Amino acid sequence: MARGNEIDWDWLQRNQDDIQTYTLQHLRIVAIAVGVAVVIAIPIAVAVRRSRVAYAGALVTSDLLYTIPSLALFAILVPVLGIGDMPVLIGLVAYSMLVLIRNTVVGLRSVPRAVHEAATGMGLTRRQVLFKVELPLALPSIVAGMRVAAVSAVGIATIGVFVGAGGLGELIYNDGINRSSPFLTAVLAGAVIAFVMALLIDLLLLGLERLLKPWARAGRRA
Amino acid sequence: MAALDPAPPGRGPAEVAAGVLELSDLTKRFSAHGRAAVDGISLTVPAGEVCVLIGPSGCGKTTAMRMINRLIEPTSGDIRLDGRSVRDFSPHQLRRRIGYVIQQVGLMPHLTVAANVATVPRLLGWDRERTRARTRELLDLIGLDPDEYGPRYPAELSGGQQQRVGLARALAGDPPLMLMDEPFSAVDPITRERLQNDFLRLHRAVPKTVVFVSHDIDEAVKMGDRVAVMREGRIVQYAPPAELLARPADDFVADFVGADRALKSLSLTRLEDLDLLPAPLVRAGDEVAAVRARLESGELEPLGGTVLVVDPGGRPAAWIPVARLEGQVRVPADAGQADPVLDRITTLRDALSAILESGAAYGTVVDGEGRVTGLVGLDEIGRAIRRPAEVA
Repeated sequence: MARGNEIDWDWLQRNQDDIQTYTLQHLRIVAIAVGVAVVIAIPIAVAVRRSRVAYAGALVTSDLLYTIPSLALFAILVPVLGIGDMPVLIGLVAYSMLVLIRNTVVGLRSVPRAVHEAATGMGLTRRQVLFKVELPLALPSIVAGMRVAAVSAVGIATIGVFVGAGGLGELIYNDGINRSSPFLTAVLAGAVIAFVMALLIDLLLLGLERLLKPWARAGRRA
Repeated sequence: MAALDPAPPGRGPAEVAAGVLELSDLTKRFSAHGRAAVDGISLTVPAGEVCVLIGPSGCGKTTAMRMINRLIEPTSGDIRLDGRSVRDFSPHQLRRRIGYVIQQVGLMPHLTVAANVATVPRLLGWDRERTRARTRELLDLIGLDPDEYGPRYPAELSGGQQQRVGLARALAGDPPLMLMDEPFSAVDPITRERLQNDFLRLHRAVPKTVVFVSHDIDEAVKMGDRVAVMREGRIVQYAPPAELLARPADDFVADFVGADRALKSLSLTRLEDLDLLPAPLVRAGDEVAAVRARLESGELEPLGGTVLVVDPGGRPAAWIPVARLEGQVRVPADAGQADPVLDRITTLRDALSAILESGAAYGTVVDGEGRVTGLVGLDEIGRAIRRPAEVA
């Protein structure tokens, strides 16, 4: 048996199946949460983009959600939703709203006036302007928001262990901290995997963000 | 109405009739009790003519234009295109049949040049092949190679090229009417002059009815078949440019036209209207012996001891001194300069400016294909000033 401040490689090997399960659970929670958040945030952003008051209202509301401590939020949701994935998913969706709504509105508003004017003047309907001009131009900004949302969700989702959501929190808390003497190997394993996961998601979305704006690369080349 | 129906497949741009545009008693008030931005204006633009709306900022010229494609709805009055009210169409159906060019161009940054030009044909539901052919035709027409520029993004083009693409995009649906809101104001003077000339050449090939908003009287005189001078929402004078310059309706118009009306009238005449000086042309690659024979027979008269070398296509290459042919077998292709080279649709004002700026004695006048048609110097322009342009 290794001492408390050394990495217990043997333990990691024996528990690799569990570690894999926790990692996939974690990834699943993050992916679903951010995906659902995008689907909710974009229509909200589209609805409030032209109104200063509505946009401020959406920002304040999502900002208030963002300030609720995650442990408290999950705990509040348990009586309503029961233990398991749901409180964590709902919590993460709520936390993602602020950055996603803000980035989407910023992206939609970044369409130059002249482009808007020309599109309308050529006979695009409002719906066509939204889908053919505003949203394509806002997409990189939306993906940039997804990067921030996903990276923070990877961290916050570890708290999910307290409401029985599984994920890397299992490693960090149940296998690592919640013992008579903390087990460093499990804590580190959870932290390192979470770190790598966040990094990979960030890079993946960064690649997507670049892919979605070939025109910007073209501009730099000129 | 024929002009508002989509053009049938396979028709060339020149075959669709331009529409007659009539504004009658058109008024726009932005607030119930405020001053009218446009105050009961009436005007008719005959089919195929360019009407320039001009006036100081706030005179209502842009508001008047934007009511034509219903970006702004009039408070009262009517607009008819080929006799039919614009209110008979839904705004987006109407706009697809009216070309629209604005100062800041507004190309879609996320679409290629070809996709930008194809915008209206796609909205009109043209099939892929027809849209593609039309896009290529228009890029050719504005002097951008479709294979080279079609796949590029707007950010890769210069300001002048972007405005050309904006023009091509507005023409793509083959509209009977074009609205142009200060289209050439955001580019440098040299590019502006080139764009103006290109537009005039294009307009001869593809006659559209055009409403052109400008704040520049020189541009108005140069571009307009008719000019409407506006002030505080009303039309003060609506007349061909020559009449505007010769007989301003009141002090406001006289002031607006400026004290140098005589100089401005130079914009009324184009190089093609002048008796040009024949150019002493020799072709690159010709035998010097043959040139010498022409010199001796007096058929070739050098100007200041120089002759103008043209390339095999007849385009100007260089002025060279006759003495430089000494000891050569053939006329060399690449020495010296032929600047300034002036398209024959250049106005005398622009030509004079180019000649003075270059310091050359003569400008080389070329036709649409770039072939030399003659020379113009200060004397030729001077003769045109002394014999003033006839006033309608």
